[in-house]
Amino acid sequence: MASIVKMNVNGREQEHLIPDSLLLIEFLRDRLGLTGTKRGCDGGECGACTVLVNGKQRLGCVTLAKSVSGQSVETIESVETRGRLSRLQQAFHEKLGTQCGFCTPGMIMAAEGLLRDNPSPNEAEIKEALSGNLCRCTGYVKIIESVQAAIEPGGVSP
Amino acid sequence: MDFDLLMPTSAAEAIALMQENPNARYLAGGTDLVPNLRRGIGAPDILIGLDGVEDLKGISEGGDYLTLGAGVTLAELEGSGLSGRYGALSAAVDIAGPALRQAATIGGNLCLDTRCIFYNQSKWWRNANQYCLKLDGDTCHVAPKGQRCHAAFSGDLAPALMVLGAEVRVVGPNADGWKPISDLYHEDGLAHLTLAPGDLLVAVRLPVVSRDLRSGYLKSRLRKAVDFPLAGVAVALRREGDAITDLRVGVTGTNPRPLLFDGLVGGMDQGPNDDALSAITKEIGQMIKPMRTTNLPGLYRRQMVTVLTRRLITDLYDAGDRKE
Ligand SMILES: Cc1cc2nc3c(=O)[nH]c(=O)nc-3n(C[C@H](O)[C@H](O)[C@H](O)COP(=O)(O)OP(=O)(O)OC[C@H]3O[C@@H](n4cnc5c(N)ncnc54)[C@H](O)[C@@H]3O)c2cc1C
Ligand code: SF4
Ligand code: FES
Ligand code: FES
Repeated sequence: MASIVKMNVNGREQEHLIPDSLLLIEFLRDRLGLTGTKRGCDGGECGACTVLVNGKQRLGCVTLAKSVSGQSVETIESVETRGRLSRLQQAFHEKLGTQCGFCTPGMIMAAEGLLRDNPSPNEAEIKEALSGNLCRCTGYVKIIESVQAAIEPGGVSP
Repeated sequence: MDFDLLMPTSAAEAIALMQENPNARYLAGGTDLVPNLRRGIGAPDILIGLDGVEDLKGISEGGDYLTLGAGVTLAELEGSGLSGRYGALSAAVDIAGPALRQAATIGGNLCLDTRCIFYNQSKWWRNANQYCLKLDGDTCHVAPKGQRCHAAFSGDLAPALMVLGAEVRVVGPNADGWKPISDLYHEDGLAHLTLAPGDLLVAVRLPVVSRDLRSGYLKSRLRKAVDFPLAGVAVALRREGDAITDLRVGVTGTNPRPLLFDGLVGGMDQGPNDDALSAITKEIGQMIKPMRTTNLPGLYRRQMVTVLTRRLITDLYDAGDRKE
């Protein structure tokens, strides 16, 4: 069955006729062309598909799009403002928190979700918030340093 | 995957929908069901979403019980701070990863499918292996001579809730009542839940604990996040003076069902000692049956149950609730 699903995605109201079994990640990538959200393991294990639903971390690959109808979804595409990187993005860039970049959208959205609840997390809290996100490149140290830089005054270039 | 997703708003409506569509499945957070369906494990035409069912929501404390709705998410349970009083509920903190805990529910955790390395695989993989007894095949690759499935129940909350004396409320076409959480399970990897068709788990309640019941939960896994427990142990005990006067141990990850061991206080009037602890872990050892359903051999998981049980009993005895 197909249903009309309404959802606020990155601040814009969307209304689409989609199959009930469509996953949120398919809706975002294939219907809306928001390909920043990555498909990694495709089974809840890697965090590459992390987006925010009502401000909280969720995985696009295990979430049915219809099940979040009426809610607000944010993806990596939403975090820049008029071409300027967000503090987290800038920090990942400057502190080498991103290498191949495949995990980065998920990492940044997971960190974004953390900072909204807790604007000055300690290292343990950062590790915990990112514990569902795998990275094959960086060894994680640079990722944690990037999040730390984003929250320190003067931690990233203006 | 091709199904209709229905979104009832009450438990009665959800149960009625299930009666009309016997092939349907309940969908809570979907963090177990969706990955399984995507691997061709089950192909229901209809999912009955529980997100909008108000009767399953909320945590309340009144009279003698703390009641947790089956639809309460693990993130809500973690955020409730209840593990400060019910140490074993810290089991909720470490389940899967943070994004999964936002969606994952208590009900889904208790009704989790059993797991096995020959089962939690893509359809292609299972096909290449001629499937197995649990689904679409006729041999068990773990114990090929038998006709039983040994897939392990690997939910973290069940043993914790068991040692805290929890009961579950199951409502269905022919059911409505509270029963001990142990009664939710069978020792059968193929059909480990006792729920009848249409039955919905509505809530869990635990007796409000008196301050002297100390409890905790520990588990063994390869990585400290995301991975399912290879073995998990919950302990609740009462200490009066030097004596342990009440001791319960719950175990997950070893059998098709979570297990509860009760009334184990023999030989502990002066507190934990090697003889008494050995007797307890021996008794537990006779019941647990970790098989080669995970990446690590059964013997290792068996030894971990012993280690974790001893550690929890001595730590709780010495220091009170074990917190994260
Ligand atoms: C990568 C990964 C790691 C994981 N790690 C862990 C872990 O460490 N520990 C752990 O315990 N779990 C783990 N899980 C499994 C799962 O995320 C949790 O167990 C979660 O709590 C399941 O809840 P849910 O609401 O998502 O269930 P769902 O997937 O929605 O449902 C699971 C099953 O329960 C049934 N069900 C759900 N609610 C009810 C109800 N109210 N009444 C009757 N039946 C119901 C469904 O029909 C389905 O069969 C992991 C999952 C993934 C993908
Ligand atoms: S224990 Fe045997 S029957 Fe059960 S899932 Fe594993 S291989 Fe299949
Ligand atoms: S793609 Fe969703 S968790 Fe890996
Ligand atoms: S930067 Fe390559 S996976 Fe993380």
